[in-house]
Amino acid sequence: MPITVNGNERDLPDDPRVSLLDFLREHLDLTGAKKGCDQGACGACTVLVDGERILSCLALAVQYEGCSVLSIEGLALNGALHPLQTAFIEQDGLQCGYCTPGQICSAIGMIGEIRRGVPSQVTADLSAGPIALSSDELRERMSGNLCRCGAYNGILQAILQTYVDQRRAAE
Amino acid sequence: MTPFAYSRAADAADAVRLAAEPAARYLGGGTNLVDLMRQTVERPERLVDVTGLAGDIEERGEGGLWIGAGVRNTAVARHAVVRTSFPLLSRAILSGASAQIRNMATVGGNILQRTRCAYFYDHQGSSCNKRHPGQGCDAIEGFNRFHAILGATAACVATHPSDMCVALAALDTSVHLSGPDGARVLPFTELHRLPGDRPDIETTLRPAELITGIEIAPLAAARHSIYRKVRDRASYAFALVSVAAVLEVGEGRVREVRLALGGVAHKPWRAYRAEEALTGRPANAESFRSAADIELADARPLRGNGFKIELTRRLILSVLSDLVRALP
Repeated sequence: MPITVNGNERDLPDDPRVSLLDFLREHLDLTGAKKGCDQGACGACTVLVDGERILSCLALAVQYEGCSVLSIEGLALNGALHPLQTAFIEQDGLQCGYCTPGQICSAIGMIGEIRRGVPSQVTADLSAGPIALSSDELRERMSGNLCRCGAYNGILQAILQTYVDQRRAAE
Repeated sequence: MTPFAYSRAADAADAVRLAAEPAARYLGGGTNLVDLMRQTVERPERLVDVTGLAGDIEERGEGGLWIGAGVRNTAVARHAVVRTSFPLLSRAILSGASAQIRNMATVGGNILQRTRCAYFYDHQGSSCNKRHPGQGCDAIEGFNRFHAILGATAACVATHPSDMCVALAALDTSVHLSGPDGARVLPFTELHRLPGDRPDIETTLRPAELITGIEIAPLAAARHSIYRKVRDRASYAFALVSVAAVLEVGEGRVREVRLALGGVAHKPWRAYRAEEALTGRPANAESFRSAADIELADARPLRGNGFKIELTRRLILSVLSDLVRALP
């Protein structure tokens, strides 16, 4: 069984040592996900597997046979940027851009977690219903993605613009 | 990373059979093992992927819980029964690692993760009795801010890094195992070892034994529980010290108390002495302070971690006092 990457079926590498990150970058030339630390400390390699955010540097590609991987390259639809990508540009959610693909994939995974009711360390009441998209919640949930330029405020604004402001506008 | 063969286990028996060869290791989410392999601290010749096994959480009996070893950490933390019946477990998991890592990491892998002692990781440049028995320990005279104050020896001062395990140690948790000689069940607190003179032997697991799941016995008092972690930054850092606590008070006295400490020892540290000292005593700051002192009587500081003794004392006091203030 192959692996699906951004909608395309791909053959897995023969060598089980190949990480999912190296598979994307070196075998498939998808260099969006970055090798920041290669030890699970920075989040720059974050991709979505079956909708959940994971660290591709600590993942052996062979473990993800049959799974569907979405990297930053797969987010735009018919050439149109994902709304969160647009928001990162509008809100200056980056300076050098190195951590950005990981930040964006991570934020998309995070929104899914919140919608599924996954609590966080700062969720006050574990038994309560919907989780508010507060600044504290978003900062805690994004703490696995480091930004050495310190664009955290812009990143937060981009997420709020995409998932809170739009929802408010729709109401 | 040295070359290895990879196989995916179809079931527990298949996993145990595949792991029978020397230098085989079970593979969960890989968040610790893959990192250690990249550093060549771990050099398995075969990885047996067990992530496809035991992915279920089931209620057992009157308020107990079975959690398969293959369940991801996020799934445990978000489970409705964990959140309401054992909130300290949910809190402990959510205070550890990052969301990405919690999505990958399995329960079995979390339990068997290895110390983050920098000298253990520094395969090329440091001496470590855990990596190479008899080589010596560079942490004892080195940078040991993160190291143990309880149960350490001249051979090893490393700490167990898990948050989840501290909560499990405070509860009545048993570990279900499957091995070449059949299945058995161990109390969770007997799974991890203190270092003694063999810090390379970290658990009481037998060769090729697989953790298939954990069972948490009913404990009504656990609805009223706290996990509190002190670390160098607000998120995504290992504990300096952490405390898991369950407290039930009746007529002003401690009826039931569970206390476990993280970041202080080679294993998740169940504070039995403090529990014994507290049971039946008035639920007040004086009792809590005295119990903490009893538990920490044998604590021994290294050059860089003496602060942990006072920090642990204060943390025990603050957690138990907060539990009293928030009594239902």
